[in-house]
Parts: sequence; structure tokens; C-alpha cells
Amino acid sequence: MYRSLKKWFPLFLLPTALAFLVSFVVPFLYGIFFSFCEFQTLDRFTFVGLDNFKRVLFSGQYNFWQSLGFTALFTVLSVIIINVAAFLIAYALTRNVPGRNLYRTVFFMPNLIGGIVLGYVWRTVINYGVLIPLLGKDLTYSSTFGFIGLLFVLCWQQIGYMMIIYIAGLQSVPDSILEAAKIDGASGWQTMRRVTIPMVMPSITICLFLSITNSFKLYDQNLALTGGLPAVTDEQGITHRLTQMLALCISDTYGNSARAHGTAQAMAVVFFLLVAVISLTQLMLTRRKEVQQ
Amino acid sequence: MNGKRMTRIFAVLVAGCVILCLFAGCGGGETGAGKVYYLNFKPEQKAAWEQLAKTYTDQTGVPVTVVTAASGTYEDTLSAEIVKDNPPTLFQVNGPVGLSHWKEYCYDLKDTDLYRELTSKEFALTDGDKVLGIAYVLETYGIIYNKKLLDRYFAADWSTVKRLEDINGFSALSKVAAEIQAHREALGVKGAFTSAGMTDSSDWRFKNHLANLPIYYEYEKRGIDTAEKIDGTYLDNYRQIWDLYLNNATCAPTEIGAKTGDDAVSEFRKGEAVFYQNGTWSHGEIVGDKVSDEDLGMLPLYIGAEGEENQGLCTGSENYWCVNAEARDEDIQETLKFLKWVVTSETGTRALAEEMGFSVPFKAAKKSDNPLTKAAEDMVAAGKKPVGWNFTTIPSEDWKDGVGAALLSYAQTGLTDEGWEKVKTAFVNGWATEYAKNH
Repeated sequence: MYRSLKKWFPLFLLPTALAFLVSFVVPFLYGIFFSFCEFQTLDRFTFVGLDNFKRVLFSGQYNFWQSLGFTALFTVLSVIIINVAAFLIAYALTRNVPGRNLYRTVFFMPNLIGGIVLGYVWRTVINYGVLIPLLGKDLTYSSTFGFIGLLFVLCWQQIGYMMIIYIAGLQSVPDSILEAAKIDGASGWQTMRRVTIPMVMPSITICLFLSITNSFKLYDQNLALTGGLPAVTDEQGITHRLTQMLALCISDTYGNSARAHGTAQAMAVVFFLLVAVISLTQLMLTRRKEVQQ
Repeated sequence: MNGKRMTRIFAVLVAGCVILCLFAGCGGGETGAGKVYYLNFKPEQKAAWEQLAKTYTDQTGVPVTVVTAASGTYEDTLSAEIVKDNPPTLFQVNGPVGLSHWKEYCYDLKDTDLYRELTSKEFALTDGDKVLGIAYVLETYGIIYNKKLLDRYFAADWSTVKRLEDINGFSALSKVAAEIQAHREALGVKGAFTSAGMTDSSDWRFKNHLANLPIYYEYEKRGIDTAEKIDGTYLDNYRQIWDLYLNNATCAPTEIGAKTGDDAVSEFRKGEAVFYQNGTWSHGEIVGDKVSDEDLGMLPLYIGAEGEENQGLCTGSENYWCVNAEARDEDIQETLKFLKWVVTSETGTRALAEEMGFSVPFKAAKKSDNPLTKAAEDMVAAGKKPVGWNFTTIPSEDWKDGVGAALLSYAQTGLTDEGWEKVKTAFVNGWATEYAKNH
């Protein structure tokens, strides 16, 4: 059985491998190639070397650094809030709370709604339900409003999902170890720090990974909620969109004019490298802390 | 040993699949009689084009495929489709800026019947002595008004303007708007103008269409039709009309960041506002509820520029047909025949005018049923000079977004002079920068 599996697995792997090749590897390589070109369509391009990268990083004509700063700050805050809140809720819901299954479902539900719909619904709710009645202003009035709005919506959506992962992690902590800790006279906090958290480290790894990449790559909620507004044009005539995150910055740059396609592509490559470096570093750091049961 | 064999099986399988894929890819490139593939820009007319294509195929046996790109994705769809084995034979560009990106793909239409059918050579996009694009629909925008409500205003004892003909400039328009706003309860409306929403479903009405006026007057004054730099000579006029929209609307200026295009449409349909800035294409959505065809009329966008008593509506085209020069020769010929049939045959002209509601610039064109198109024709007949669509020369999307964001922030921060300075910066400095960046 095992031998024939070994013999035939490439056949079964083939459809997936092909799909991966066609829908990921090929476009990805194309993408990297085009970041060194100015292009209109896939067969009309001129090689321009590192020009696109220079434009993105040094020309100051694009919103890249502005949106990188915004995205970084946003990611730090959202990752902390999402994981702390998700862990606490998961912890509470693994106690013997009456109706805990109902709570779990309720907390998980926001995650089932698609990002763009969620963004538009929340835009209406925040504008007409909170900001206009209370302040007579809307989300596009200041970048602080936009920032808080985005943070709120992403947390609302993601906490439930991370909570499920933490619940699974917490449930796999054997009662015997907890009991042993109790008998040894460990306080609640000590048990949490020395026993529970090390035991759920795999969940923490995956939750951190997901929340970091999700926050960094956030696009639909950004588009729906603020679209990058407010924006100011400086004396040099360069428009800075104050709540634009990196993914939106790439697509706006691409759509700005046909001349900017290569520049947007270069931005996407830099973006990929950033996400890869950050998330791999995180994986390495947290994996190191994982313990064997 | 086992591992080696496995690798070999794997390699053979991959090779087999690659070969299969290659064959499948080749399957598309058949030869034989010509065919037409139209990549349509306007989702509103999708069904009408498909019907027309089917009729043509039934009559001539020439296959006509119509594919409609989803709203807002035309450029992306075109970029993807045009490199395929069976690329669109007919596509469209939105004006000179669009043409500059696609001209390598455009077939010279100078010696075609389609070009000869044009009522005015002005409606063609040219590059040197080549004719690369042909406008197939003329659209008009201005201030759409509700006749019923405006008549009620004229009849009221508190109104100072008594006839439509007297609204012939910015000062009269602003007087009417202010009086309606002051007596909105007596008139049963919420405001003179619909909300000037600045979300992306509505902001183009102001950062693009309304911005056309200051650009148009500046171009006229300088005698040019495109510019690397713009002076912003008419920006005070732009401010005048923007103030008018903000101060006499159904909502407070601070709320426009949350208002959508649908909000404005619904306000107009329900008779909550008298004026609504938009164009002929919006006819379908603004009729219904309390507004019918007879209630619709359109006024020019007066901004207080000199000589505006002769100013007409803004008429132009953002829809130019281009024939793909890289398509097979027989496909190009069939496409040209199809286009000639569309603009000259009874069926074709009727479909353009009635099913699609277009005002088309071809000699054999039928009159459109659209009351807003009629209003535009009446205005031309009355000797008013149409305002051209100079916004098609705007250098980039970033320029529009910068101006839009500044207009919004001006409204949100109390319509101050400092706020307007930011609009000026976005308008003037932004233009120069964006032009340089994209040329």
C-alpha cells in the first residue's frame, strides 16, 4: 500500500502542481520580469532596468513611503489588539461559561462576511451611526478617523477567527499538566505564563502569522472604507493619500496611467519582499519558542 | 532506484501535460472566413449589443462576438484580451489620453466608410494624418432640472426669476438656487441641488466633469486644446459654482464625504431637489418615482465666465471605436463591414437610437428618444455653443483624485480661503507634475 502510494503520488499531485504552476508560479515570474520593464500589454514592453525601483523608492512621486508608514503602524496595532483580544476571549470561552458554544458562533460570524461588503456596510454604519450624528463629520475628514475605522473593522472581523484557533490550542493543553501545576502550588498567572502559553505556542505562531499578513495586505476594507482619503496635494504637485495602505497604493499607481504599470509592478515586488521577510522572521522567532508536550 | 523511476514517471507526465496544453492553445488560431469580436465598454448597453450582433450574424452568417467588460475594468480586460490568439477586432478608447496608450494597436480608418459616415470630422481621433478612433456616441451633461418643480418656483410670489429663458448665466442660476433653498419648505423640496457626494460613485461629477469648465475656458482663452501646464485662470469661477452646490443642497457640506451617487439619484427621483448635475446617460435611472420624461430638462453649467449667455451644454465623447490593426486581415475587413452596417442600416441605426438611447454622429442616424438628448439638440438649435469635453486631456487619475480630495476637504472645513488654496495647488501644481510624470 505504502509502496504503491509512493509510486503513484506524482500522478495525483499533477493537477495541483499544474494549477500551482499556471496560476501562481508563471504569473509570479512574469510579475518579477515586468517590474524591470515599462509595459502596456504582455507583448508590448521595454526593458528599463532598475528605473521602476528607483522611482518607487527614491523619486518621492509615489505614495509608497507614506502608505508603508501607515501600513506598518496599522499592522503593529492591529496584530496586538487582535491577538490579545482573541486569546482572552478564547480563554474565557474554554472555561465553563453557560452558552459558550453560542458565544463562539457569534464571535466567529463576522469572519464569514466578505471584506468589500463588510467595508461598505461599516462605512455607512460609522458615518451615519456615529460620526455624522456626533461630530457632523465623516470618515474622510481626517486620517485619524480613517485609521481608527480601519482598525476597528479589521479587529471586529478577525478576532473571532483567531479566537477559534486559540480555542483549539487551549483545549489541547492536557488537564493533567494543569492539575500538576496546581498541586505544585502555581498561581493562576504562573500557570498561564509557564504552562498554558508555552503549550499554545503553535497557535500563537499561526495566529501571529495570519494577522500580520492579513493586516499588511489589507485591501478591500481600505478601498471601501476610505479609499485612501483624505488626501493633500503638496506644492510639488504630488498627491499624498493619507489612509492609503500598500496594496491599495499599488493598485492606484497601476490605474493612474499606462506609464505607471511598470512602477506599480516594481512596488508589488518590493511589497512581496517586505511581507515575506517580516512574516518569515516572525515564524522563525515564534517557532523557536514552541515546546514539545 | 525507486526514486529515479519516480522522477522519470513524473517528468514524462509533466512533459505530456505541457504538450497537451500547447495543443489546446493552438486550437484557437483557426483560419478561414473573418469574424468580429467587439469588446464593449458600456455595461448598460450589453444586451442591446448582443441582440444586434445576433441579428447581423443571422443576416450575413458572419460571427460577431460581443464581450462586455465589467464596470471600471475596461483597460485591464483590454490589456489581457488583446494579447490572446483571438484578440478583439474592435475595441474602444476614451479620448486622446487613452489613444496615446493604445495607438500602436489602432488601424488607420481614414479610407473607411465608417469615417466617411461621420457628420463632422471633429468626432475622429487622429494622430498625424492617420484616423485612429471614431466617436460613436455623443453625450451631453449639464444641470438636469425638474421642470415641474421649477415651474412651481416661477409661479411663486417670492421668486424673482420668472422664466426659464432668464436663467442664462451664473448670477441668475445662483439667485434661483438661493431662493429655492430659502423657501424649500414652501416648494416641498429638501434643497435646490442634490447632494454633491464625494464618494467614488459620485465624485467624478465634480473632479472631472465640473472641472472641465475652468479647463475649457482656459483652453479657449489660450487658444489651445491640450496643455502641459495650466494657469487656473478660472478657478475662482470653479469655486463659485462649487460653493453654490454646497450651500444650496439637500445636505450639509460636511456630509458629502459620505454621500454616494445613488443618494443624489434618489433625491432627484423623489423630487427632493430641483437640480442635479449629470448627463444624458443617467436618463434611465432618474426617471421613476415622481419624475417622468416630460419633467426633464437640462441647463448649461454656468460658472460666471465672460460670454456665457451663449454657452451651451457640455457635449463630447468618451467612447471611440478603434479597429485592432493586429487582428487578421479578414477579421479587420469583416469588422469594418459590420460597423458600416451598424451606422447605416435601418436595424443598426434604430438599435443605436432606440435600444441604446444614443445620440450618434453619423449621417444616417435616427433621433434618440432620450429627453435629455433632445434637450441637448434643442440647445444647439437655439444657437448655443456646446462646451467641448476637455477633461479627456486631464493628465492622470491622480490629478482627479487630488482635486477631488481637496474639494472634499474644502467642504468639510467650512469653505475657507485656505481650503480653496489647496484646491488650487492640486489643480495647478498637480497638473504640471502629473503631466511630466506620465509623458
